[in-house]
Amino acid sequence: MNYEPVIGMEIHVELKTASKMFCGCKNDPFFAKKPNTYTCPACLGMPGGLPVPNKKAIEWAIRLGLALGCEIPLFTKFDRKNYFYPDLPKGYQISQYDQPIAVNGKVETSFDRVRIRRVHLEEDAGKLLHATLDGEKVSLVDFNRSGVPLVEIVTEPDIRSGEQAKEFLKKLHQIVQYLDISDADMDKGSMRLEPNISVRPVGSKDLPSYKVEVKNINSFNFVKRAIDFELDRQARILASGKTPIQETRGWNEGKGATVSQRVKGEADDYRYFPEPDIPPFRWTSTFIHEIKSQVPELPDAKLARFKKDYELNDYDATLLTDTKQLADYFEECVKLARLPAPDRRDGGQGKVPAKKLANWIINKKIVIDEILPAALVQSILTATAVVAVSDDELGKVIAHVLQANTKAVTDFKAGKLQSKMFLFGNILKELKGKGDKEKVMGLLEKKLTE
Amino acid sequence: MTTLNTLTLTETVAKLKAKEISHAELYKDVHKAIAEKNERLNVYLTLDNEAASKAEKLLDTPLAGAPIAVKDNFCTEGMRTTASSNVLKDFVPPFDATVITKLKKSGGVVLGKTNMDAWAHGSSTETSDFGPTKNPRNPEYLPGGSSGGSAAAVAADMTIAALGTETAGSIRQPAAWCGVVGLKPTYGRVSRTGVVPMASSTDSPGPIGKTVEDCALILTHIAGQDRYDATTSPEPVPDFTKDIKKGVKGMHMGLCYTDHPQLRGTQTAKVVEQAAKVLERLGATVDVIALSEKIQNNHVLNPDYAVAVYTIVQRSEVSSNLAGYAGVRYDVGRSHFGAEAKRRIMLGTFTLSKGYADRYYVQAQKVRSLYIQNYQQLFAKYDVLLSPTSPGFAQKIGALGDNPMFGELEDKLVEPCALSGLPGINVPCYRDPKTNLYIGLSFMSNYWHEETMIRAAHAFEEATQWNSWSNK
Amino acid sequence: MKKTTFTMTDVDVIAKLAKIPVTDDEKKKLAVGFSTVIKVLDTLKSIDVSEVEPTNQVTGLENVMREDEVDATRTFTQEQALANAPRKHNGYFVADQVVDQE
Repeated sequence: MNYEPVIGMEIHVELKTASKMFCGCKNDPFFAKKPNTYTCPACLGMPGGLPVPNKKAIEWAIRLGLALGCEIPLFTKFDRKNYFYPDLPKGYQISQYDQPIAVNGKVETSFDRVRIRRVHLEEDAGKLLHATLDGEKVSLVDFNRSGVPLVEIVTEPDIRSGEQAKEFLKKLHQIVQYLDISDADMDKGSMRLEPNISVRPVGSKDLPSYKVEVKNINSFNFVKRAIDFELDRQARILASGKTPIQETRGWNEGKGATVSQRVKGEADDYRYFPEPDIPPFRWTSTFIHEIKSQVPELPDAKLARFKKDYELNDYDATLLTDTKQLADYFEECVKLARLPAPDRRDGGQGKVPAKKLANWIINKKIVIDEILPAALVQSILTATAVVAVSDDELGKVIAHVLQANTKAVTDFKAGKLQSKMFLFGNILKELKGKGDKEKVMGLLEKKLTE
Repeated sequence: MTTLNTLTLTETVAKLKAKEISHAELYKDVHKAIAEKNERLNVYLTLDNEAASKAEKLLDTPLAGAPIAVKDNFCTEGMRTTASSNVLKDFVPPFDATVITKLKKSGGVVLGKTNMDAWAHGSSTETSDFGPTKNPRNPEYLPGGSSGGSAAAVAADMTIAALGTETAGSIRQPAAWCGVVGLKPTYGRVSRTGVVPMASSTDSPGPIGKTVEDCALILTHIAGQDRYDATTSPEPVPDFTKDIKKGVKGMHMGLCYTDHPQLRGTQTAKVVEQAAKVLERLGATVDVIALSEKIQNNHVLNPDYAVAVYTIVQRSEVSSNLAGYAGVRYDVGRSHFGAEAKRRIMLGTFTLSKGYADRYYVQAQKVRSLYIQNYQQLFAKYDVLLSPTSPGFAQKIGALGDNPMFGELEDKLVEPCALSGLPGINVPCYRDPKTNLYIGLSFMSNYWHEETMIRAAHAFEEATQWNSWSNK
Repeated sequence: MKKTTFTMTDVDVIAKLAKIPVTDDEKKKLAVGFSTVIKVLDTLKSIDVSEVEPTNQVTGLENVMREDEVDATRTFTQEQALANAPRKHNGYFVADQVVDQE
């Protein structure tokens, strides 16, 4: 029996707003020098500490929803998700339950589209450190991260392989980076992933009766490995006639395996109810259109445009649109390279074709942080400046080289095409870099056919 | 010889500013009254003995350095705040509630923190982990709750004025039982920042005082939109004392609930009907509004259902609001919750739980909408609605017993309007000469129209001179 | 779903969900109390609410938000944040370790 994976992903992205989601504390938990230095009555869960939502976080979440092709319902609200954990100061998390900020989007991959079920906003919890104090196992709690804005993205179980998962995540990461709303750095925890994995017989259209949530995955590569491991593990269980347990497992990189953490009941009872401390939101379509106009050109569209407008091949265009920063840099160079360069030695128009710029940037591995576009264009122009050579001198040099290499000329006339290149090379050497190469070749060919 | 602690707030401010009295003399008399009565009545949990020295600098402020007793669920920076629960017995907040900041800015001085039902869970102050407060009018009786300490402080002249909070009745009912004035503002009028939350969707901080004008004065200075509380309204705050003497000529009033089976023919109904006659003599028209089981024009919806609605909504929100007490950040842990708190947290957890939330929580929020609609129908016709605040006089100590719904039943008459977020003010309307206990009349007005109910309440107070009835 | 009476087991389930420590004696009393209360709460089921939406907020306010600015006036120092903690260690709060590891 062959099995196919049925995988959905839950991704959390920390927004890089200046302040937290529901209070004015600084949003900088990773770089805080000491624990518990960015807290206030609201994010520390003190009596009467009330939440007030961050406008920018909301706009950015809508922007992300739009970039993922979602619909933005005109009514949305926050809800309380009630559960106990030492890193959750209020004993509930302010999140969104049945009326999230964005729904029904999709992301294209080379395998197939991955539908986005929902995008919602919530607050992050504090951080726990395990320690032993006076022989007792304890958790040390730092609330600097409590209240940081999180966007949660939930896909439909459309993913069918570890490769597709990886591609999807890279795409998502790229979109987030294009929007400039998060560092999305997995090492710093500003992007977190949890695949929900189950398998079913190939050809079946039903959703499996169970799913396994996998946590503690710190890179896109680990996602693929964890998925591959789970597919194998689950397929074996099914093949033996049993059903895999619905549970949470943790990825253990050292073992190259997932390990059981917690058996999930029928989803915990979070007793969701609308957040009484925060009035709901009602948008106008004008407001949504305004936000939509702030969504920059996204990677797929930019890639297509680069290939068309600049006649770049897929490889080069993909490289140049990898980050918005690089793409913008490239286009700035293109714009500058089309402008006249006043200090060309031959006094003419300085133009560097887009393709040449692309090659230069890619092959010479230009570090765009270290050289401004204008400076880069100038350096290319200088390096490729064509020094004029008079027709007279050109004719003399060509005649000289042909005279000195009569065998090559005969060989060429006999059909040996490489001889032309040999002659061309010698001419260029004698010209010492001067002259327009195309013009030289043209003249050489003319002379050879005479 | 009347001592200075018997002054009203308005009198106190005037005399201080006119330099007729000094802060030192004033606070001396107030502290003397506290020293004499606190052990017996158990009004204050914490006192600020430096209050007088703080007051001296505040002469040029609207409240001129007057002492204010504060219910112990307002966070006061540097001063212990317990919500009358052992869970918070050592909690010293590092910040002031917004109301406290505003109070201090207007020149009010926090004299001390008053006893309450623990976590505001109750209508008698008996659920306090630090013992019940006794009713100063008659110490064998309860002061009501949950702002029992604040109401008692005012009734016993152990302060000049006080702050309380009302979720459903917790300002007006103890004001009724202690024979003082209690004002619950429109929900969203006064900030809840720094107030230990009970039911977030109805909690309303407000003043308790010796006169209607005193309450209007305090409200003027504690009301207003707060950037730290997203449920406060940008509605402008008027000077609530400005038109207070305009009277009730031409006002249309409706009298509610006196024909409820529990009240029909009772002394409470009789005295409230007499109070209505006083208002008529002053120029208002008062219709008796019939009770109905369904929404109907010109009828008031039976408050019985509000008991179930309020029990569910309040306990559900309570179960969530008290989830943060885990003995980690600032409290001593959940095993220290008293019996009533445990009961309420658990029932509220149940009414929100999977499989039951629709039947209880969602259903309750829908019935809530019916009460809101009903009041809007009535306020389309009436400027003010009247009702008894409490079904009867203050009850004897021990009345709570094991009754799992004591509070909700006592507050039945004020739950519908509290759930709707409407404002109301209690003014004493009768005193029993034998027991010295009081019955209170509630005046309610539409959202943001506190001025209307204040005018009506003041006119009633002037006409009856209820402040002269007491034999304190 | 409808509940007419509460048993001690029911109370136990709720107590665990609410993280409230209760003794067997307390559970017994609570079961009786809840059974009384539920009868009152069930009176709501007879009310016709087909024409209304639930009210979660009475203010009618919408779209209340704040600008994304750091408010240093509201931020606690580490000392203030930890001032009331029953246990603290090197600037951290101390909690019992939960068996469930993330």
